[in-house]
Amino acid sequence: MSGLVMPKPDEATMSRRAAIVAALREIVPGEGVVDATNEMRVFESDGLTAYRQLPLAVVLPQTVGQVSRILKYCHENNVKVVPRGSGTSLSGGALPLEDAVLLVMTRFNRILEIDYPNRVAIVQPGVTNLGITKAVEHEGFYYAPDPSSQIACSIGGNVAENSGGVHCLKYGLTANNVLGLEMVLITGEVIRLGGKHLDSEGYDFLGLVTGSEGLLGVVTEVTVRILQKPTTARALMVGFPTSEEAGQCVADIIAAGIIPGGMEMMDRPAIHAAEDFIHAGYPLDVEALLIIELDGPAIEVDHLINMVEAIGRQNGATTCVISQSEEERMVFWAGRKAAFPAVGRISPDYLCMDGTIPRKELPKVLAGMRELSEKYGLRVANVFHAGDGNLHPLILYDANIPEELHKAESFGADILRLCVKVGGVLTGEHGVGVEKRDLMPEMFNEIDLNQQIRVKCAFDDKHLLNPGKVFPQLHRCAELGRMHVHRGQVPFPDIPRF
Amino acid sequence: MSTFTPQSEDEIVETVQWALSEEAPVEIIGHGSKRELGRPLQTEHTIALSSYSGVTLYEPDELVLSAKAGTSLAELEALLAASGQAFQFEPMDYGPLLGKPAGKGSLGGLLSANLCGPRRLKAGSARDHVLGVRVVSGRGELFKSGGRVVKNVTGYDLSKGMANSWGTLGIATEITFKVLPAPETETTLVLRGLADDEAARAMAIAMGSSGEVASAAHLPGNVASRVIGGLLQSNASTLLRLEGFAPSVADRAEMLKKLLLSAGEIDVLGGETSRNLWREVRDVMPFADGTESPVWRVSMAPMEAYKLVASLRMGAAVDAFYDWQGGLVWLRMEGDPEAAAVRALVAKYGGGHATLVRAPIALRAALPVFEPQPAPLAALSKRLKQQFDPSGIFNPGRMVAGV
Repeated sequence: MSGLVMPKPDEATMSRRAAIVAALREIVPGEGVVDATNEMRVFESDGLTAYRQLPLAVVLPQTVGQVSRILKYCHENNVKVVPRGSGTSLSGGALPLEDAVLLVMTRFNRILEIDYPNRVAIVQPGVTNLGITKAVEHEGFYYAPDPSSQIACSIGGNVAENSGGVHCLKYGLTANNVLGLEMVLITGEVIRLGGKHLDSEGYDFLGLVTGSEGLLGVVTEVTVRILQKPTTARALMVGFPTSEEAGQCVADIIAAGIIPGGMEMMDRPAIHAAEDFIHAGYPLDVEALLIIELDGPAIEVDHLINMVEAIGRQNGATTCVISQSEEERMVFWAGRKAAFPAVGRISPDYLCMDGTIPRKELPKVLAGMRELSEKYGLRVANVFHAGDGNLHPLILYDANIPEELHKAESFGADILRLCVKVGGVLTGEHGVGVEKRDLMPEMFNEIDLNQQIRVKCAFDDKHLLNPGKVFPQLHRCAELGRMHVHRGQVPFPDIPRF
Repeated sequence: MSTFTPQSEDEIVETVQWALSEEAPVEIIGHGSKRELGRPLQTEHTIALSSYSGVTLYEPDELVLSAKAGTSLAELEALLAASGQAFQFEPMDYGPLLGKPAGKGSLGGLLSANLCGPRRLKAGSARDHVLGVRVVSGRGELFKSGGRVVKNVTGYDLSKGMANSWGTLGIATEITFKVLPAPETETTLVLRGLADDEAARAMAIAMGSSGEVASAAHLPGNVASRVIGGLLQSNASTLLRLEGFAPSVADRAEMLKKLLLSAGEIDVLGGETSRNLWREVRDVMPFADGTESPVWRVSMAPMEAYKLVASLRMGAAVDAFYDWQGGLVWLRMEGDPEAAAVRALVAKYGGGHATLVRAPIALRAALPVFEPQPAPLAALSKRLKQQFDPSGIFNPGRMVAGV
């Protein structure tokens, strides 16, 4: 592993491995417990493949009762637990630990209820994101958040990561589309949050749990909002000589009151890589390409396409092509959607970063990246969710060259520091995981981080769930609970009161 | 008995540290517009954020606005409107319902009560739009969470954690929200004379269509007469709001009229009339009667809520109307709040929650104002409170007795 330090494995736990495996077998009989090294290999990494680690054992429960008993056992016996869905995390959220049980939720793969009049679907967490849409599309419905891994990623993982996608400027992230959860706490207690109704009766635990990266509990059931699919979608492909002009075009579209279904930007290296791979007809003589999708009733889409085209022209667009058919719209997207594999073709390895910036800072950040690219001697290609400022720089490197992974990681860390410096954040949708864990202090001071860990303490005061993720240092809850009150101070006379 | 009105973040921190050193619980308010909502407090001191106000960042192109907690919501809405923008979640004003003047709410109150409005179905509530917070915890420490960008999953979302916490976890000093373009055009279709169950079905059909209905409400006859100056008369009115660009709104209105042909006569309200109607629905104006008759706010699955109302009507005198496709019920009770009956029916019809938003102080002290939680969840709520406010100095007992 390159520089990543995980919590020191607990020898005592590892020496009890046989007993732990036996206890798990008692809870989940048959093939639900995997402890042979060769069979555990498939679980040793997630979508962040640079890091690998065999777990202590793997357990694949099938019922809520089993999840509850597993967690209760682990809590009582001080065994760490790493929850995992489909294992598509790009930040190492499901990276196993040597002394932790890997709790794999893929067998929770049933759709429990589809309720069209109330417009919700209730599903088990192992159902894939796309699986929900597939189950309701014959009635014209779909599930809106669409992370690019949607064919494989599970809805439980989406909840853990608060996943987004290209349509989230208009339709929101996972947090805005989940109405209810059933989850098991580390104590084995089962709680229900929300349901088919809206908003919480008390604290917004749904909001705290969504995006908590498997550190607060294990989700066993998810209620999501399903929406009627827009009747029409059309896309424009607009090329600009500079990223500044493209950025201004995006700002002007929003200023005109238009929120497109999707609005993606690619820079020159990304355009070239995608075009060479997919032949989508992208212009090769531009510095920035926007793909703008408008969805809704046909009459609205036609109305807005004209407005967006005019805004593009005013901002110096050198190419503007409007999709005339569904096939053509899909071709526009094909290049963008294949941007990652396209970059994979021109480089043995690449790192995908995930910062978000205020949109107006884009030219500055792109210029900064060019400088860093020269400094590190590594190429970078950029795809960008332009509407919401979420940037995905792809850093090209070769893992076979000694030190090049380390160099790529340092380059990536510098990009994220730059994002934070201009008012942005470390991660827009991929999560902190292990990948950005040590960068958290770039964005948060110790007080900020400690308050987040205190939320963790309310759920899991022994820090047994997914340790080593998100927080660079997990202070003990008892330590964080201490209060330092300055006694004997006089009431502040200078604070106005009446 | 003192009311502190800190003028700066440092003064807020100092005041909290003083309260901690004195072990003196404090009531946290903005301008006090929602002070009569929740369990009554018995604190000696108050921290009023009313003087800590002002916009700290507004960038319309970036769809982002930050302001200090005491900033008046009415002023913020005017500022946004000048740039053609709005809080898309349409925060309601509790003032009139609670017998107070309108337009007194603050940004801090908006988040801590997780306000929203009829557009909740499509646009969410305050918790769906908050991007970042600065908060003074009950430990007297200032922390921040989130940021100023729309897409952010860096660390736990403590901004959402502050939503609906009613000042019991911390004092949000400065809050950043996503703002969005205000709709260019709005039109309301009014279906007349439907019974509650028929209205629920009609709203479900409309919401499940490609009509992109932004809001769906149902006013039974005796409530319909109490909005927009009686224009709807005492004829049950099922309201479907369409918003967006004019050609699209017109097109969708025609589509929906055809779809709902069997529901009978459909009237159309446009422009200012439509906006006024939805503002009155949002602010529960039919029940803003200057009394303290108990009012419930009940959130349930849309297709279940009318059953609760029908059951209640068999045993009690109750006025009701529906928002959120029928899933939000506002109930005004003639006499007793019937808390046990209301909550038993919520549980019977698929679950949800009932909040006693208006009642005389004695009742609010005696009854759980917020929906009681099952034991493991209640214990978790208590632990969360403990982690933010270990000495229990912020709004003690506002949500739950003893917490």
